[in-house]
Amino acid sequence: MTDKFISIEGIAKRYPGASGATTTVFENLWLSMARGEFCCVIGHSGCGKTTVLNILAGLDAPSEGTVIVDGQAISGTSLDRAVIFQSHALLPWRTVLGNVAYAVSSKWRRWDRAKVKAHAQTFIDLVGLSGSEHKRPSELSGGMKQRVGIARALSITPKMMLMDEPFSALDALTRGTLQDEVRRICLETGQTAFMITHDVDEAIYLADKIFLMTNGPGAVLAEVVENPLPRDRGRTDLHRHPLYYALRNHIIDFLVTRSKTFTAEKPDHDPRNVPVVQIGKPGLTIASSGDEQRQTWTPGTSPGLTA
Amino acid sequence: MTSSLRLRAGIVSIALLAAFLGIWHLATRSTAPVATMSPEYAKLMGLTATQGKSAMPGPLDVGAKLWEHLKRPFYDNGPNDKGLGIQLGYSIARVGMGYLLAVLVAIPLGFLIGMSPLLSKALDPFIQVLKPISPLAWMPLALYTIKDSSISAIFVIFICSIWPMLLNTVFGVASVRKEWINVARTLEVGTLRRAFTVILPAAAPTILTGMRISIGIAWLVIVAAEMLVGGTGIGYFVWNEWNNLSITNVIIAILLIGVVGMLLDQILARFTRMVTFPE
Repeated sequence: MTDKFISIEGIAKRYPGASGATTTVFENLWLSMARGEFCCVIGHSGCGKTTVLNILAGLDAPSEGTVIVDGQAISGTSLDRAVIFQSHALLPWRTVLGNVAYAVSSKWRRWDRAKVKAHAQTFIDLVGLSGSEHKRPSELSGGMKQRVGIARALSITPKMMLMDEPFSALDALTRGTLQDEVRRICLETGQTAFMITHDVDEAIYLADKIFLMTNGPGAVLAEVVENPLPRDRGRTDLHRHPLYYALRNHIIDFLVTRSKTFTAEKPDHDPRNVPVVQIGKPGLTIASSGDEQRQTWTPGTSPGLTA
Repeated sequence: MTSSLRLRAGIVSIALLAAFLGIWHLATRSTAPVATMSPEYAKLMGLTATQGKSAMPGPLDVGAKLWEHLKRPFYDNGPNDKGLGIQLGYSIARVGMGYLLAVLVAIPLGFLIGMSPLLSKALDPFIQVLKPISPLAWMPLALYTIKDSSISAIFVIFICSIWPMLLNTVFGVASVRKEWINVARTLEVGTLRRAFTVILPAAAPTILTGMRISIGIAWLVIVAAEMLVGGTGIGYFVWNEWNNLSITNVIIAILLIGVVGMLLDQILARFTRMVTFPE
C-alpha cells in the first residue's frame, strides 16, 4: 500500500439513541485504497457499510475522524466521487438523456446544450442504451435503469466510484451482464471503485481487495482479503482457478460464523493495522475458527489455505 | 371493454337525469282545480291556489328561463338586473385574483417552510390556528381595515385558498425523496438550482393537488362572500333573486355555480396531470 489514494482515518459514527444513550455503529475505522483499485465491502446488514460509503461520498459526516482522498481531507460531496445508488435514484420526470445531461451540466456549467448532449450521449452509448435516450425511467427495466445510473455516474468522469449494492435489485442474468460492464469500464478508465455487496461471488469477480466487516453495532473492519485471482479474470472459468474455493470459503466462513465472534475472539485486534489475508500464501493467512466446518464442506478443494 | 363500460355508464347517467327531471316535473305540475272561486278572486290568487300548481318551478320553467339567460348573458339593465354572464364574470374575476395572490404567497412560503425544519416547527402553531377559521369570519375585519367590500371579498378568497396550497407545498417539498436530493448533492448542485431542478418537479404533483383543493374551496366561499358584500357576482345574484322570490333564477344560479366549479376543477386537474410523472 504505497499509494494511498483514499485513506479513511479513524472514523466513527454514533447516533443518539433512546434515553440519552448513544448507539455506536462503528468506531476507529481505518481503511485505505490505492488508485485504480476495486474494493468490495462485505458484511451483514447493520454493520455500517452504507454509512461508510455515505461518509466517503460526503453525504454523511463522521462523528469522529477524517477521510482523505488524493491527499486532501474531504468536506462534503464532490464531483470527483460519483455515487451509484442501490435504487438507481433516477429523476423520473427526466428522460434517460435528461438524467445523464443533468449530471453533465452540473459538472460543466458553461457548456452549451449541444456539447452537454453530445457528452451525455457518449456515456449512454457506453452502457449500451443507444436508442432509449428519450425514454423515461418508468419505461425502462430495472437493469436499464441501473445502466442509466452507471452512465450518469461515469459521465462526470469522477476519480472514484462509490456503489451501494448497485445490482442487488436485479435478476441474476442482468446482474451478470452489468457486472461485466462495470468491470470493463472500471478497468478501461482506471477507476478507483468502492462497492458494497452482499454477494460473495460478485465480490470475488469484481474486487481486487475485499473488506470484511463484523456485525454491528460496534462493527470493526476485521480483515482485508486480497483477491488472488488474476486481474484479467473471466466469468466463465473463474471457478476453475485453484484458489477460487479457498477464497470463497474463507469469506463465507467469515459471514457465517466469524463475523459474530470476531470481536470476542480477537480482543487485541488493532483497527489501524487490519490483517491482510493473502489466500494461497502460506504463513500470511490468518487462522480462523471455522476450520473443521470448512474441511467437511469442500474436502481437498482448498489447497492454498493453511489452517 | 372500456369503451363499452363508458357507453353503459353514459346510458345510466342519462337515465338517472331523465328520471330526476320526470319526478321533478310530476311533483311540480298543476293538478285539477282545487276549489271553485270567482274568476276575479282566482286571478288574484294565481295558479298556485286555483290549479294546485306548486310554488316550486318545474324543469320546463327552469329550462325556458335558462334559455332566456343563455341567449342574453351579458345584458346590463342597472345594478339589480345584469346578465348571468356578467355576474359569473365578476365572481370568477374575484376568485381569480384572490387565488392568484394566494398562489404567489403560498408556494414560495411553502417552499421555505418545507426546506427549513426550523421554520416548519416555528410556524406550525400559527398555521394550525389560522387554518380552521371560517374565511367568512375574516369578513368584518377585512371590511373594517380595507374599507372596500369588493377587495374584502378578494381577501376572503385569498385567506381561504392559501391553506391547502401552503400545507401541500410544505408537505410536497419536505417529502421529496432523499435519494433525489442526494443525487443533487453528489453533483454539487447549488441550493437554488436544486430547488428548481429537483424539489420543484418532485413536489409539483403535491403542490398542484393543493391548488386544486384551493380552487374548489375558493369557489365555494365566493358565493357566500358575495351574498354578504353584495353588489355584483353570482352569490349576490342568488340572494337578489331570493329577495325577488324567483326560485327559477335561484335554481339556474345553483346549476351554473356547479358547472363553473366543475370547469375550474377540470382545468386544475389537467395541470396536475401535466406535472405528474410515472415512477
